Amino acid sequence: MSVDDYEITIGLEIHVQLATKTKMFSPIETYFGAEPNTLVGPVDLGLPGTLPVPNAQAIHYGIMLGLAFNCEIADRLVFHRKNYFYPDLPKGYQISQFDEPLCGPGNFGGVRVHRVHLEEDAAKLTHAGASGRIQGSESSVVDFNRGGTALAEIVTEPDIHSAEQASEWLRLLRTTVRQLGVSDVNMEEGSLRCDANISIAPKGATELGAKTELKNMNSFRFIERGIRAEVARQAAILDAGGTVEQETLHFDPRTEAITSMRSKEDAHDYRYFPEPDMVPVVVTAEMVDKAKAAMPELPHEREERFIALGVEQGAARQMSWQPELGDLFEEALKTDGAPANAKAVAALITNELVARLGDGDLSDSKATPASLAQLVALTADGKVSSSGARTVLDKLVEGGGDPAAIIESEGLGAIGGGDELTPIIQAALDANPDVAEKLKGGDMKPIGVIIGAVMKETRGRADGKEVTKIARGLLGL
Amino acid sequence: MPTSLTDAIKLDATGQIAAIQSGDLDARELFEAYRQRAASDAHNSFTWVAGEAPAELPGADTPLAGLPLAVKDLFCTEGIPSQSGSKLLEGYLPPYTATSVQKLTDAGSTIHGKTNQDEFAMGSSNENSAYGAVLNPWDTSRVPGGSSGGSAAAVAAGHAPWALGTDTGGSIRQPAAFCGLVGLKPTYGSVSRFGMIAFASSLDQAGPITRSVADAALLLKYMEGKDARDMTSIGLREPVEVPTRTDLKGLRIGVPSELSGEGIEDGVRASFEAALEQAKALGATVTEIHLPNAPHALSAYYVLAPAEASSNLSRFDGVRYGNRLEAEDGSLIGMYTRTRTEGFGPEVKRRIMLGTYALSAGFYDAYYGRAQQVRTKIVEDFATAFESVDVIASPTAPSVAFELGAKSSDPLAMYLNDFCTIPMSLAGIPAISIPSGLADGLPVGLQLAGPAFSENLILGAAHALEQAIGFDTAGAIR
Amino acid sequence: MIDAKQVLHVARLARLELAAEDVQPMADELSSILGHIEQMAALNLDGVEPTSHVVPVEGKLRADVAEPPLSREVALSQAPRHTDTGFLVPSPQA
Ligand SMILES: [Mg+2]
Ligand SMILES: [Zn+2]
Repeated sequence: MSVDDYEITIGLEIHVQLATKTKMFSPIETYFGAEPNTLVGPVDLGLPGTLPVPNAQAIHYGIMLGLAFNCEIADRLVFHRKNYFYPDLPKGYQISQFDEPLCGPGNFGGVRVHRVHLEEDAAKLTHAGASGRIQGSESSVVDFNRGGTALAEIVTEPDIHSAEQASEWLRLLRTTVRQLGVSDVNMEEGSLRCDANISIAPKGATELGAKTELKNMNSFRFIERGIRAEVARQAAILDAGGTVEQETLHFDPRTEAITSMRSKEDAHDYRYFPEPDMVPVVVTAEMVDKAKAAMPELPHEREERFIALGVEQGAARQMSWQPELGDLFEEALKTDGAPANAKAVAALITNELVARLGDGDLSDSKATPASLAQLVALTADGKVSSSGARTVLDKLVEGGGDPAAIIESEGLGAIGGGDELTPIIQAALDANPDVAEKLKGGDMKPIGVIIGAVMKETRGRADGKEVTKIARGLLGL
Repeated sequence: MPTSLTDAIKLDATGQIAAIQSGDLDARELFEAYRQRAASDAHNSFTWVAGEAPAELPGADTPLAGLPLAVKDLFCTEGIPSQSGSKLLEGYLPPYTATSVQKLTDAGSTIHGKTNQDEFAMGSSNENSAYGAVLNPWDTSRVPGGSSGGSAAAVAAGHAPWALGTDTGGSIRQPAAFCGLVGLKPTYGSVSRFGMIAFASSLDQAGPITRSVADAALLLKYMEGKDARDMTSIGLREPVEVPTRTDLKGLRIGVPSELSGEGIEDGVRASFEAALEQAKALGATVTEIHLPNAPHALSAYYVLAPAEASSNLSRFDGVRYGNRLEAEDGSLIGMYTRTRTEGFGPEVKRRIMLGTYALSAGFYDAYYGRAQQVRTKIVEDFATAFESVDVIASPTAPSVAFELGAKSSDPLAMYLNDFCTIPMSLAGIPAISIPSGLADGLPVGLQLAGPAFSENLILGAAHALEQAIGFDTAGAIR
Repeated sequence: MIDAKQVLHVARLARLELAAEDVQPMADELSSILGHIEQMAALNLDGVEPTSHVVPVEGKLRADVAEPPLSREVALSQAPRHTDTGFLVPSPQA
């Protein structure tokens, strides 16, 4: 069977580093790129006698996330200890949430959100090669700067059915979280990390196949490629009559290799129990109202608003998921008369303008929002042909300026009246008698030859429809 | 008129402060006297003694007048070894000081020693210290009790005017009882736990071990209070009053049959009953009450405390502090295992095993979950009892101080010894132990417990009884 | 009650090692303690809420305000093995 013969089921677990000033349970500042072990306090090292105290801002951000995903918000916040030994875990347990997450079931971008909970990040472990101290043994170095950073873990239901859908949904998630301002969701710096639970089963099969967990893919490309590679791996196993083993896997983006992370050491028994150093936090109506008040317009809301303006769905989504395009669009609409042309303005931005930017971004364009709106208006009034308008946009992007002035100076004004066009068209018909014959015979296909000749003569200022109309008249059709 | 140092050592801290403030006693001379006595201590009460008096002692105008303070090893003290009686933490120097200790030094006391204890406060005899057993100054063939045994022995021997201890299941009250002293376990949450090397987070409370009830009140007054660094701290609801009460008129004392009948030694019972007679003579009414679930308190405690401890002690992994032993194969898991196996003593490992088992997959509900429910029943028992009585009285321990080694071979027997003090710990309510007299020449402890935040009530009642009983807490000072 | 096999599993979870000859004695010792503890089973606790904390605590949160960190020298000062910048451990993979 080929991969297409399998039903793919994907659930995602996303860890988002919250943009709080200090850590989840420790009053120490945290940011990316500081010198190792310079952002650590007694709590972060798990020093004897130290105690965790939750960061109010992290809880506020957690509630905002829950609201963005239309989750139920719990009425109390209970932390548990997840016990296991690892050098990046200074206390021998991670403070996380277990059976009472901050945010319950929700729904976002067509995917059900299972839960959102708060926890503390692990420290950074770097391999240091052989250390002199212990003969022939490898050492690692621990940096506790990141340790204790506030994390929100977002867990989806298995509602995703392709690698493409996974990365598209993650883009919406990233834009939304960034819009919320609760995280800078920078994958390179690890403030957005994603695990995928993947299982496949022959199409129509009643029960799901065994699922594997693909860990810590740190870019959208890797996520897409990782999922594809894992789906292919599982399909190959099933095709060969084998069975997929439930395990945790690591995807190497360089080699595309997928390797098992199963560590014989760990008998996965986390011994969760309520964190005895903390008491439950009551989530008050005031806390939820404060979070509601802090909510900005979210991408899916903006998309709906654009569609209501008459913008096409594709353009509306593109302009809400790339906020800078949306902002340009809304600026342009402030120009007189522009709202009437909302659809065309959106099309000009998402097709023509974006195409001209290539890999660059909006700041590379000199075209002002108003100039874009004016160009659309001039085109609509037939003051410039659509091909002329493209030339005007080239000039606007390069040097800015006023579209009307550019049309004037470049002599791109559309030719309106027949009296100026008629002799040119007649000349074109005379120059192409065979074409004229065919047209007379009712075969309009070769009209392009005539239009082409007229365009050549008028340097593209004529309008194709107009030319056809006049030509038919001249031929007595 | 000036007080001689020999006489001064026999005074309680309140008396010493008065003498210092009236100019009859020199704070620096007194500090040096205690420092030298501590340095030459023969009961193994101390794990660290100050090398010399600080250049600047807090003045006589401060509430605690520069008096020395002995601090249990498990309190983190900046730059001073804080080892919690464990080899694993040998020589550990914390970069900060525990809130409760800081508050007392801010009030004018000065640490002159850190005291020996059962490793990580796990024990009732102080025989579980990596730094050796502590001897009871009343009879050096006997234990001082535990886990705050060093603190109790130091005060009983006159090597400290008073001391800080911690109480998880009786670790202040029982050693105070065994050493003829006053020991107070305050309401859970009234004293910050920040800087106390944890045993069982939901039970640990710091408190004073002193020569008099007034001294206990004075230390509590300056150590209690809400701390932003301890989410479970609330402080007391009203300021601590230094007690002056001399009668018990109208006080309703309840005696739970579960804590005063079966299993109490005759000598202890005799002393306890005599104390109840004196309470009546002071105007109290004494009635029998019941704490029906108290017999299960021990079971709940020996699930909850080891479970929390097994997790609290996971941080001792040889990475960031403490001793570390590499494995022959140089592996990480080998380093963890050797460091912990050779760093922890047998009792600590026993409780880590017990607690890990109680939390492990498939057993949580049967052990931890059930123990938490029993805890609820204990809380309800006390709430019901306090509807009809003001305070609850019982012996602090079923026996006087026992011989060294007498119980160390039988952990369960050792655990069962704590049945009088554990119920109050589970309920988080305040309880004080005061000497009720001697049995075969050894001190007996009387325990008074009250509702949460009733410290002033039980301190007042304890003071009145203390005056009536007139026990000599200097009886073991040589 | 706990048997030798469970004792070994628990010891592994707790990163403790037991000499072969100590496994059964540990099992017996823990079993005698658990034997006492299991008297709780006799209680009817249906519908009884579990208690994690006894005294009602309002649970004050921390404002997101930074305090100074430890200097790296102090942070590393108590570590048994460290470099100039971090804590040294045997590699988990090794
Ligand atoms: Mg997870
Ligand atoms: Zn997580």
